[in-house]
Amino acid sequence: MSEKTDIVLNVNGREHAISVEPRKTLVDAIREDCGQTGTHIGCEHGICGACTVIVAGEPVRSCLMFAVQAAGKPIRTVEGLAKGDELHPMQRAFMEHHALQCGFCTPGFLMLAVGVLEREPDISDDDLLDVLASNLCRCTGYQNIIKAVRAAAQEMRKP
Amino acid sequence: MTTSVAETKGSGTKWVGRSIRRVEDPALVTGAGRFTADFPANHHVRFHRSPIAAGSIKTVTAPKGAMVFTAAEIAAIKPILPMLHKFNYKPLGQPVLARCAVHFVGELIAAAVAPTAAEAEDIAERIEVVFDEKAPLVDARHALEGDAIHAVVPGNVIVDARTKSDGFDAAWSAAAKIVEIDIRSRRQNASPMEARAAHAACDRATGRITLTCTTQMPHLTRTAIADLLEMPESDLRVVAPDVGGGFGQKMSLAPEYVFLVWLARKLKDSVAWVEDRRENLVAAFHSRDQYLTLKGAFSADGRLLALDADVLSNIGAYSCFPTTCGVEPLMALAELPGPYDFRAYSCRARGVVTNTCPMAPYRGVSRPVITFALERLIDKGAAACGLDPVEIRRRNLIAKFPYTSAAGLVFDEGSYRKTLEIAAEKLDVPAFRARQDGARKRGRYLGIGFGTFSERTGYGSPAFAARGMAITPGWETVVMTVDPSGFVEARIGSSPHGQGLRTTLAQIISDEIGVAPERIKIVHGDTDRSPYGWGTFASRSLVICGGASLIAAQKIRTKLTKIAGDLLEASPDDIVLENDTARVAGTDRAVSIAQLAREAYTQTHRFKGIEPGITETGNYDPPGTFSNACHAAIVEVDIETGKTKIERYLVAEDAGVLINPMIADGQVHGGVAQGIGNALLEEIVYDETGNPLSTTFADYMPPTAHEIPTIELHHVETPSANSITRAKGLGEGGGIGAPAAVINAINDALSPFGVQIDEMPATPQRVRAALRQAEQAK
Amino acid sequence: MKPAPFIRHAPKTLDEALKILNEVAPDDGRILAGGQSLVPIMAFRMARPAHLVDINEVAGLDKLAVESGKLVVGARVRHAVFHKAAAPGPLGELLTTVARNIAHYPIRMRGTMCGSLANADPASEWCLTAATLDAEMVAKNVGGERVIPARAFFEGIMSTALAENELLAEVRLPLLPDGARFGFNEFSRRAGDFAMSASLVVYELKDGEIANPRVGVGGAEPHPRRIAEAEQALAGQAPGDGIFRAAAEAAAAAIDPLEDPQTSADYRRDLVRAVVRRALEASAR
Repeated sequence: MSEKTDIVLNVNGREHAISVEPRKTLVDAIREDCGQTGTHIGCEHGICGACTVIVAGEPVRSCLMFAVQAAGKPIRTVEGLAKGDELHPMQRAFMEHHALQCGFCTPGFLMLAVGVLEREPDISDDDLLDVLASNLCRCTGYQNIIKAVRAAAQEMRKP
Repeated sequence: MTTSVAETKGSGTKWVGRSIRRVEDPALVTGAGRFTADFPANHHVRFHRSPIAAGSIKTVTAPKGAMVFTAAEIAAIKPILPMLHKFNYKPLGQPVLARCAVHFVGELIAAAVAPTAAEAEDIAERIEVVFDEKAPLVDARHALEGDAIHAVVPGNVIVDARTKSDGFDAAWSAAAKIVEIDIRSRRQNASPMEARAAHAACDRATGRITLTCTTQMPHLTRTAIADLLEMPESDLRVVAPDVGGGFGQKMSLAPEYVFLVWLARKLKDSVAWVEDRRENLVAAFHSRDQYLTLKGAFSADGRLLALDADVLSNIGAYSCFPTTCGVEPLMALAELPGPYDFRAYSCRARGVVTNTCPMAPYRGVSRPVITFALERLIDKGAAACGLDPVEIRRRNLIAKFPYTSAAGLVFDEGSYRKTLEIAAEKLDVPAFRARQDGARKRGRYLGIGFGTFSERTGYGSPAFAARGMAITPGWETVVMTVDPSGFVEARIGSSPHGQGLRTTLAQIISDEIGVAPERIKIVHGDTDRSPYGWGTFASRSLVICGGASLIAAQKIRTKLTKIAGDLLEASPDDIVLENDTARVAGTDRAVSIAQLAREAYTQTHRFKGIEPGITETGNYDPPGTFSNACHAAIVEVDIETGKTKIERYLVAEDAGVLINPMIADGQVHGGVAQGIGNALLEEIVYDETGNPLSTTFADYMPPTAHEIPTIELHHVETPSANSITRAKGLGEGGGIGAPAAVINAINDALSPFGVQIDEMPATPQRVRAALRQAEQAK
Repeated sequence: MKPAPFIRHAPKTLDEALKILNEVAPDDGRILAGGQSLVPIMAFRMARPAHLVDINEVAGLDKLAVESGKLVVGARVRHAVFHKAAAPGPLGELLTTVARNIAHYPIRMRGTMCGSLANADPASEWCLTAATLDAEMVAKNVGGERVIPARAFFEGIMSTALAENELLAEVRLPLLPDGARFGFNEFSRRAGDFAMSASLVVYELKDGEIANPRVGVGGAEPHPRRIAEAEQALAGQAPGDGIFRAAAEAAAAAIDPLEDPQTSADYRRDLVRAVVRRALEASAR
């Protein structure tokens, strides 16, 4: 144990006043201290991308940031994607195209795809494939994830 | 009135065969899924694991004041003892925490307990263990020559099975060509994205434990742990919540889970363990580490006459529960003849104990390796007989059904040749050959490869009994209720974790009882809620649990039509169930099924000879069925770096009737991706001291979206006579065909160099080493 | 896989950062920049610094400017900044090309160029870039600053000339003349993995002949470096397949390859031969 620091994490617009050790990763704080367990931990060394969240508009691996580094910054997780009962186009596309099976990697893929498309709405299909190669999925063989993200990208580009 | 049941089922839309969206998805895309690691606990466990592969434990010292448990404290827990009663199997127990010796890197020695995972890790790393180290045996061939690792397994051979068909020697001596191949399949890890995890909570009032864990087999987990802790099974509830993939790794009993239940009972509190990725790669179950030597006797015109096989399977340091470590060698023994029609077969299959992580089932179990081996042999036979790979398969694939294989297995009807012809036609082999020639002239090396196979699925209990297993997990039970609300609840013993079974079972049930799928709820993964069953593995769930669901639904249907007949004053035979309504055929006299259900509970006095309520049970234990497929790959091998790029990948497969084609496609996609990973990328490497080197996802390499090409699927649907839904299993097939197709294609690409790649994964390093050797030999 | 405990310092100014670093460096204090290399090894507890000096809030370290013919990149400048041209002329294009090969998009959002250089992984694309272009590293500590040329900066596998109390505050990359040609190629098992070998080549064309050739090789030796033998093979020659092959062969022969249980010296030479030639081919397109 080391001394804890009091911080405020803003997750999906809601402020969580929490007390964490400096060594606590952002993903652990989101899950354990903020109770938002939709963000998953797959490898804790930055390769699988299951923990991808959007911090201050940037899709990042939340296992490679410490919670204290995200204090005060807007953090978005899978729980914040839908607006009430209305799912985000990316969520709808994943269901429509059978882009998930066990669903464990899904929140990471959703946040990765949404995070990148919000920054680069006109990203090419090839570049989008490069982006999707950032995260690992063991169930789908990626075929339907690629289809879903391309379909949602079209949808998101609509004014 | 002689209307048949089939005719009165209604003429409405059938749900089977439609790609409806999955009911599983809304929770999973919104972060509302619940996985084991999501459950908070008051205590967290971190295990101290052996850093050495072999040695005796002299002392274990825990940091002062820390809560640490060792073998001494848990002496009452019996060792895990998987059993086989055949094939010279040597029973080998595994202590939950190592007692006086360790036998692989990663073996559990002690458990540190603290309020958080990080603090538990702080304690665990300060536990000091003094060993008397021994030289380990890492490789199966070395272990055959070495001293016994366990006294109860002399010579380190834990299972030794042989078979030889009558007339083998005569067939062998009639051959025109003998072709031999040595295959090496390296060690792999199923690597589900969710590693293993367990959470055990004690109800202080009753002492009852709820174990929430990521498992494919909740009921057998309960039975096994209750046995080991000598506690009443009713005092243990096992829950498999959302499970983040398993692929076989989560069907074997984790010693960690046993400890967690013991600890929750001891502390009378909630305790959790979440495996990290390094632990998973080092010490969760491995698979596929085998040597195979195949000899094929061919006639001059390319007919395979006889097959002689030797299978040496590195099973690791202990046997796994429940399948035992016989699972890989014994499946090889039974299924090596594959999809080919020949009568003479001889095989010796051995499992060898080594100082490595225990082996357990992983998607395809043995068949990715035996298919790779046999398909390499067939391609080599083709070359020896001057045939192309399609023609030699055409001459040898089985075509008459039912077919009894050289190993004695009975195949139901399939489409072995048809799927081959589809693949060959779609890839246009002659056009490819012309393109291949042109490319070679420009210094580019393309190749085509085929992987044809049969996939035994829906194993009933006799299949496991034939293996001599003490536990024969072949049947399933479904308990189905139409409750007074008119909704249907089917409680199942299978335990899906990504396969979409809640959706496909609802489709099967809906067609039978006329209730829309959204009104049918499937309950699974909770021993308090679901009937005893065997969970999900071996491409069984849709066949066996689907069959049990259909049987239960048929009984429900019978009861609903009886009640409706009484209410509508018609013969039950004239009642049509569709669109949530029971109707007298050809009339507008109807009543809603919800109304029927309500009255079955509340108006029982009106129904003579009908028991109250609507609950029925379906049991199903099928004889087993064989799916089949032909996979084909076109690859380009970069001869300078040895890297293989898959240009095109095609699957022509037959899994009988498809219940939900979208879900079936997804299963094949995922299987192929794992198969490609197995073929090209994934390898657990040990050094000579038994230290695993592949401990991160940078070293153990599941493929990314970049390495997986577009997968073209072609379905043939041959309804199975051995499955009452006419469906066959297909969960594993995608992974079975890929290594053979991809590595055959690599060999085809490299044929101008006279090199052979008979090892999986076919890494760039191995390809270059073979090419370099060929260059130097010139 | 949780990091061992540490004390975090979050200075707001460079002076403050250097002062803290000076105090905690002897007590196993380290700089935390993007964290994309450091945090994983902390999770494995292969690194367990007692103090982290988090420079993510230090004013001024996000400098990105052209000064005296050099692109100056501050310690907080992240890889993703180079997704778009961040410098005029061919250098901007070169950095964009290289950046796309660094790990994956979310890693590039956080990781920094200076962090990669200070981490000195043999496979790092930025280390290869710095070595090839003879970048200058500006190291600062409480006593002042010194400028370290790339060839003196990289000392071995994850080892540099930086003293423990020094911060790599900025790197200066020389702009390339208009018309400079460059090519980059790397080999990895999967997209985004560490390069098993990589090459960056830069040269100018004078009267159709190669002038000022630079051939850098990374991922093959303990640290990336320019390969003089390959450069000699190119200098004064017209670009073309034969000369590219000769240079690639010279590079493969010149290296002292890293080996591991899966990767032999021969294989590493094979890769160097391939990536150098391919980088040269890319330069000629």
